[in-house]
Amino acid sequence: MSKQIRDVWRVLARSPEEQAEPEPETSSVGIAPNDPLVAYLQSARGVVELDRLELESPALDELKEAGVKMAVPLVAQGELIGMLNLGPRLSEQEYSVDDRALLSSLAIQAAPALRVAQLVRQQKEEARRRERLDQELRIARLIQQTLLPRELPELPGWKVAAYYRPAREVGGDFYDFVDLPDGKLGLIVADVTDKGIPAALVMATTRSVLRAAAERIVSPGEVLQRVNDQLVPDIPDNMFVTCFYSILDPQSRTLQYANAGHGLAFRRTDEGVTELKATGMPLGLMPDMQYEESEVQLTPGDTVLFQSDGLAEAHNSKREMFGFPRVKQLMADHPGGAELIDTLVAELENFTIDGWEHEDDVTLLALECVREGASAAKAESKSSSIKVHAAFSISSQPGNEHLAIDQVTQAISELDLAPDRLEKLKTAVGEATMNAMEHGNRYREDQPVEIRVQTANSKLSVFITDHGGGQSIPEPETPDLEAKLEGEQSPRGWGLFLIKNMVDDLHVTADDRHHTVELVLDLEGGKHE
Amino acid sequence: MSETQLEVSIRVEGELAIIDLQGEINAFAEAALINAYMDASSTEAKSLALDFTDVDYINSTGIALIVSLLAKARKDKQEVLAFGLTDHFQNIFEITRLSDFMQIVPDEAAALEKA
Repeated sequence: MSKQIRDVWRVLARSPEEQAEPEPETSSVGIAPNDPLVAYLQSARGVVELDRLELESPALDELKEAGVKMAVPLVAQGELIGMLNLGPRLSEQEYSVDDRALLSSLAIQAAPALRVAQLVRQQKEEARRRERLDQELRIARLIQQTLLPRELPELPGWKVAAYYRPAREVGGDFYDFVDLPDGKLGLIVADVTDKGIPAALVMATTRSVLRAAAERIVSPGEVLQRVNDQLVPDIPDNMFVTCFYSILDPQSRTLQYANAGHGLAFRRTDEGVTELKATGMPLGLMPDMQYEESEVQLTPGDTVLFQSDGLAEAHNSKREMFGFPRVKQLMADHPGGAELIDTLVAELENFTIDGWEHEDDVTLLALECVREGASAAKAESKSSSIKVHAAFSISSQPGNEHLAIDQVTQAISELDLAPDRLEKLKTAVGEATMNAMEHGNRYREDQPVEIRVQTANSKLSVFITDHGGGQSIPEPETPDLEAKLEGEQSPRGWGLFLIKNMVDDLHVTADDRHHTVELVLDLEGGKHE
Repeated sequence: MSETQLEVSIRVEGELAIIDLQGEINAFAEAALINAYMDASSTEAKSLALDFTDVDYINSTGIALIVSLLAKARKDKQEVLAFGLTDHFQNIFEITRLSDFMQIVPDEAAALEKA
């Protein structure tokens, strides 16, 4: 650094107390990105005298007006990142050639330093923002999970199945069951607009208000009316709640229902699939709304499917929508409740696997009126509920198995696994993710590993999917340690063997594009107790 | 994701050379582990012990590295002990049968006794 520049630095670095002169007045000038001055400064070499510049530029006029005589562009990597603006010299003399040379050298040295400082600041802000989002996400997820029912209702002659999968950003879906007088059952499926903590809070309020109304009022339409009136004054302006509320009388097999702007419910009979229609505005938008009420007589073998819009409105990588017609068709082809939900979930996974962005929560609730005769045979098969605790993807980079382990651990914290079982699962998740990144995706960063954590029928499953279809995953074999120690075999090859021994069950499936490894833990006691 | 390195240091306690391991035993630990073995086996000490007290992660590649180390030790007729394993790691060593080829003891005192 030349002596001159060192001197300038020293002046710039002086604290205000040290400065003999009072600080010059500063004013700020905003420059629009499309102002011709930007393009000019970007390509200018060194100091620019503003008085000599003829440009149709509002910024230039403003700078001149502010008394700026000279501008020194600070350019780093071809990008204008700032400028030094100087007014007239206090000595009232013109700037000399030396002054200009000094300013030019200063700009050349200061620009990269300024750029680094800007990048550091950006990165810090980004990190803070991400941390805050993660934290919010955790809270929202926690609220939502606490509020969803832990058990499904058990009614003789009926089977209830439920599926819930949160979106990455956690939407406001919820479902609930309310025990009513005379053995009746209230079924609620609702969706709060918006995501994250605001949605979770409105969801919590709506749920309490709904439960309270359902316990006091017999008619579904009046329940929604009451809830609407209570929500309108309190709900934030841009938010509302859609809700399908129905009451089942298990004895007479009648289902009364009302709908507050929620997605369609379908009924499947042997004749085909019909919509359960009833009109009504979403809750929380306008006061004094009426809700149409309808009733349907169910017969054994019928299934009613309640759903949030997350399924029908899911998009694939080609921006096609899953759509209600597809849901309807699948329902027509697949009788039953739990089986239907399994089919819908599998179809959704197939549909979205290449553009796997979980835009919205998916909630499915199936109510099945068990066929006479079949009820005895099927009495064993209890109501089943699939709950997805997390679904996420991670990019294929060495070391990212730790992200998988951390996220899975966080997702199942509410299951309270015994510490040794948890450690084993973590090891299995780490190994399976490493295999997926290394062998399946060959560490290509554009090919992520998709991970889904769900519980169903007292089993915890972690599905780990890669993009390495076509080649088969070998059967896990017990490695020959003696041969490895003698140097007759590679010391490697422990992954699958380890996974198999860490979990209660291991399933490997493949199609021509993907492998999926399913790690299963039995939640009602397993072999690794 | 940063690639966590294994930190290794060697100290000699009487007849025992102890390799203190700290961090993760994964693919990035290869050089550190092999060098540590070479250094430790070139000391005067009769036996060698791996201290796992501060190890927080071992994956299948890490197991392969320990197998390589045991293979070398076998060639050199060098006894290897291990201590400071969590229940989970001990379980992994049993499942993989690594525990059949290296004596596992609870702590340093027990290792010194065996040496």
